[in-house]
Amino acid sequence: MFKVISNRLEQGYRTTTYPKEPIQLYSGFRGLPEINSQCDPVIVRQCADLCPQEAILAAEKKIDLGRCTFCGECAQVADGAFVRFSQNFEMGTAHREDLITSGSLPDLAAHAKIHFKKLFGRSLQLRQVSAGGCNACEADTNVLNTPFFDLSRFGIDFVASPRHADGLHVTGPITVNMKAALLATYEAIPAPKLVIASGCCPISGGPFHGSGEIVGDLNSLIPVDLYIPGCPPHPLTTLHALLAFFK
Amino acid sequence: MGNLLQIKNGEVVERQRIPQVDFARFFRIMTDFVANNGYIVQFFAYAEEGRTKLMAVVRNSNLFIISTVVDSEFPSLTLTIGTKFHLFEREIAEQYGIRPAGHPWLKMVRYHANVTGKPDVFGNNYRVDIPGKYNYFQVQGESIHEVAVGPVHAGIIEPGHFRFLCSGEEVLHLEIQLGYQHRGIERMLTEVPQQRLPILCEAIAGDTAIGHNLCCCQAIEALACITIDRGASTVRTIALELERIANHLGDLGALSGDVAFHPPAAYFGRMRGEFLNLLLVLCGNRFGKSLIRPGGVSQVMTGEQRDIIKNKIKELRPEIEHVCNLLFSAHTVLARFEYTGTVGRKMADELGMVGYCGRASGLEYDVREFFPTECYADLPANTNKVTNGDVYSRAMVRQEEIMHALTLIEMLLAKEEEPHRRVSLAAHQLAPDSFVVTLNEGWRGEVSHCLLTDSEGKIARYKVKDPSFHNWTGLAMALRNQEISDFPLCNKSFNLSYCGFDL
Repeated sequence: MFKVISNRLEQGYRTTTYPKEPIQLYSGFRGLPEINSQCDPVIVRQCADLCPQEAILAAEKKIDLGRCTFCGECAQVADGAFVRFSQNFEMGTAHREDLITSGSLPDLAAHAKIHFKKLFGRSLQLRQVSAGGCNACEADTNVLNTPFFDLSRFGIDFVASPRHADGLHVTGPITVNMKAALLATYEAIPAPKLVIASGCCPISGGPFHGSGEIVGDLNSLIPVDLYIPGCPPHPLTTLHALLAFFK
Repeated sequence: MGNLLQIKNGEVVERQRIPQVDFARFFRIMTDFVANNGYIVQFFAYAEEGRTKLMAVVRNSNLFIISTVVDSEFPSLTLTIGTKFHLFEREIAEQYGIRPAGHPWLKMVRYHANVTGKPDVFGNNYRVDIPGKYNYFQVQGESIHEVAVGPVHAGIIEPGHFRFLCSGEEVLHLEIQLGYQHRGIERMLTEVPQQRLPILCEAIAGDTAIGHNLCCCQAIEALACITIDRGASTVRTIALELERIANHLGDLGALSGDVAFHPPAAYFGRMRGEFLNLLLVLCGNRFGKSLIRPGGVSQVMTGEQRDIIKNKIKELRPEIEHVCNLLFSAHTVLARFEYTGTVGRKMADELGMVGYCGRASGLEYDVREFFPTECYADLPANTNKVTNGDVYSRAMVRQEEIMHALTLIEMLLAKEEEPHRRVSLAAHQLAPDSFVVTLNEGWRGEVSHCLLTDSEGKIARYKVKDPSFHNWTGLAMALRNQEISDFPLCNKSFNLSYCGFDL
């Protein structure tokens, strides 16, 4: 008992004040890109050729955050003449096409479907399905239950049974071998229900794009309501998206 | 050991130098080798000049390779030599449609069609969407019941199917069927542009992004004759140890949670995050994705970053010690940890277990000590003291390795700053007709990548092995005669990778 108390005192209170107060991530973190639309097309083409995810649309001078793994290679070309990454982690969107961006994203809270806020604003129960990812997204979703983020204080929980859930949180590029189980889980959730695609995998196939063993686009199977980009999304990106969309 | 070619970790070998023997001789050599404290690192099939060959990479205190030619069938090594081969042979059957005749438990590994177009060894039709279609092992009897769990589990975890055969609460047998995460990575690694390889390897298993990508980049560097800066090696070593600490801390937290002792679960969970954040400080990503690139590292480690890491370790070391003490001195915790899920040394040895699971059972193998890469040759090794093979041992090993890893990072940061360049993603010309195998001690154990190039220097075969491949059967054995309620605890003490296994 003494050890429990002494450790409790040493550990202290750790929960973040976000979203009441802003939070600053380390300067090396790569969040929402800042794109220079005046950039020399030659440099843009160089960035596009270098991108392992084929996420840069050179002609339109845009980046597809649904494909991007935020590896930061493009920001090193010509010292960031075309792209630099800001520390802004608030990147969730309600539409797939919004992720193809020239540097700004629509306000998620304004885009959120009003009836979702009404239905789930006070209590949101999610069933998570890992459909073939690398477990990084899953790990950084689990982290939301640690004391720093403490997701439950917002009335948002991950539950064991799809019958108890209001929606589905999907990670991974949807392997052919997980497709049936994913669809069965979706069916088991009572309507009205919502679907969240977390990480670049369920949005575009992510690092696995082009593989014959994956579906690669969750929206082609079931309608997606919320997109959270990243590889994996920072826990704060997920937290922001959930709060802006549902609270 | 006639015919076995001794090689070094990360050494390029011309393909014509790889010894090739007839199968009977291969069989005898393998029998002798395994009988004399030998283990399998890799054993896989590949195509060469229209024939199918088997390649074995084996180790005792040295590394060796040997190959043989097979037709559509070969006598199972598992049947005669031992269990170490069982999963490798099943994988060969699934990937290349070759039958290991007499294999005692020939079932599919990941549920996908083979690459050769030969008839499927398991009689599956992969156009039908029914993964896991397989007649599970059965025990008959009046009081016998089955518990089927997965692929979708009750938490935020990866998919897999577990079939428990129980008598009352006691588990007689656990059968584990994976493959739900199969993304076709090995095939992709031979088909995609070279720039994508590090990105793909970082996504083999996200919690081992550093371990897997390190193997990939070292292999490319060897084949392209690139030497890396000493400073880059230091950054890589620090990153691999940060990954180890973060994962071990997370598992200790999960273990406390599984025995309903919540304070350490919360504290370990938070401290794990602190170490993920240190990886973010190094490279911008909490899992160390984007850090390691062929030729070095993508970011130069600055004095500021060194100080952040140093200070954080100084701050957290006593906290970790105190929370570990809280966990390991609680008698209610010890009552659940001790003598639970025991895998004895003999069993661990027969299965060829690696990493902390192997070390907790008394197998001393650690790649950092046996086949060191990067800075490990200059660093002290850790010898764990508790080797009973139970949950307690597997938890204690984590504690020891966390403390050891903290010391290693401090030693590396105490060195003078070494200048190093940043490198960017680029395609390199690889040596033609060559072979290379790389090994690293990822946090779970021996991670290994094998590359074979063709006459133009393109990658013809890429074989990946996650340490989980050796250890999943260990988990099944740990559950024998255990209460089914102890499964979560046993599972967490192993914490194996589904995606690293499924590829």
